[in-house]
Amino acid sequence: MSNSNENGATTFYLVLAWGFVGIPLIWGVFKTLENAMKLFQ
Amino acid sequence: MSFLARERTIAKPGFNRWLVPPAALCIHLCIGQAYAFSVFNLPMTKLIGITKSAPDDWRLTELGWIFSIAIVFLGLSAAVFGRWVEEGGPRRAMFTAGLCWSIGFLLSAIGVYAHQLWLVYFGYGVLGGVGLGIGYISPVSTLIKWFPDRPGMATGMAIMGFGGGAFIASPLSVWLMQKFSTPTHVGVAETFISLGCIYLAFTMVGAAIVRVPPAGWLPAGYTPPKVAQKLITKNDVYVYDALKTPQFWLIWGVLCLNVTAGIGVLGQASAMSQEMFPGRVTPVAAAGFVGLISLFNMLGRFFWASTSDFIGRKNTYFCFFVIGTVLYILVPHTGAIGSVTLFVLCFVIIISMYGGGFSTVPAYLKDMFGTRYVGAIHGWLLTAWSAAGIFGPVLVNYIRQYQIDNNVPKAQAYNTTMYIMAGLLVIGFICNALVRAVHDRYHMKPEPEPAQASVAGARA
Repeated sequence: MSNSNENGATTFYLVLAWGFVGIPLIWGVFKTLENAMKLFQ
Repeated sequence: MSFLARERTIAKPGFNRWLVPPAALCIHLCIGQAYAFSVFNLPMTKLIGITKSAPDDWRLTELGWIFSIAIVFLGLSAAVFGRWVEEGGPRRAMFTAGLCWSIGFLLSAIGVYAHQLWLVYFGYGVLGGVGLGIGYISPVSTLIKWFPDRPGMATGMAIMGFGGGAFIASPLSVWLMQKFSTPTHVGVAETFISLGCIYLAFTMVGAAIVRVPPAGWLPAGYTPPKVAQKLITKNDVYVYDALKTPQFWLIWGVLCLNVTAGIGVLGQASAMSQEMFPGRVTPVAAAGFVGLISLFNMLGRFFWASTSDFIGRKNTYFCFFVIGTVLYILVPHTGAIGSVTLFVLCFVIIISMYGGGFSTVPAYLKDMFGTRYVGAIHGWLLTAWSAAGIFGPVLVNYIRQYQIDNNVPKAQAYNTTMYIMAGLLVIGFICNALVRAVHDRYHMKPEPEPAQASVAGARA
């Protein structure tokens, strides 16, 4: 029981940590791609 | 401040090593803002005049020094503080880097508010530059220790963040300046304060998350190769002994030449695309081209460093030098046949290898000199970046100007530069070919085996 709780907490921390850095990065890449598309217009 | 000590960061049983790359990204995404500093240049020339530069406003040439000072202090601090970073642990280093970086922004905000350029030089340039240097190397050896099975991929993830930081900082800074600007005020100071606070929060989260593995820890299911590989040492080399080896200076040359070839082009990409294809590549399209090559700069950092785990570091650099040489020779022909698509294709691959050069080198150093002082050795190696930062743009700019002064049409003014870049990569190829295993006399004496109790626990 405690093992599954531990696994759940670890997964939660992983999602939280990767989301914390991943969301701003994806937003930045999206904005850059938006500008880059002007090259092919 | 004992919570910053290395001993307090040793992972407890059950810690998941995949929490360490986001910790590293927290710092690298912040300091990667340096690549986007140019978005402030134009607004900072209108702090007094607001709509156009007033006579007392700062000139663009004066502002250019802010970034240059920061890069010089990046190289210096990475070299000087490398050993301290290694021995003090990643949390202390990330905490210090975060403070320097954020306080640098706050001091710069005061400098902008009071219109004192020296304060911006000191804040962003000196203090921020120290934050850049310490922050850049702080997670490198920790990641290598957590991912002995995939060191290239691990450091590639962090150093990819440095390339990605500009993607976040650039639109964010523009948005913040729009929010804070009024008809009588350019919102640069407030934007600096906001960025300083955001970066402080981000870096502190990274410092809180980061952990070092217990001594002797290995990922579940991973057994280090029993047969020693020719170019992957099992020994460690002390930082100052590494500087005495020819291998360090050959890799220094490899990095310097690879970066020189890319950095000059990176800075001139917009002008080059417009001049090589006059009338076909507009300024807006050129801005799109710059964005695209920045994206490949970031992706290349992850792709090539991860690839190096499978094909080896030396072979990865051989790829850079061979493919790069061919592509640089091809570029003038793309102009001659008027193929924008081929031109773009050549440059996105070249720039991906430029980024890959940065991210593969920590694992190359680890293979050569072991993990013990790899962060500190990497710090010294970054002086190659500083040198390339001078050589690259000088080569591209001066050769182009020389060509134009000698009545070469603008569309062909870059041809000689491209051939010279190809030549530099050939020299890089030779340096890489000369890299051999480090001689035994440089190896540190092995430490006693760690207690088995500390090995159990943390899982992959």
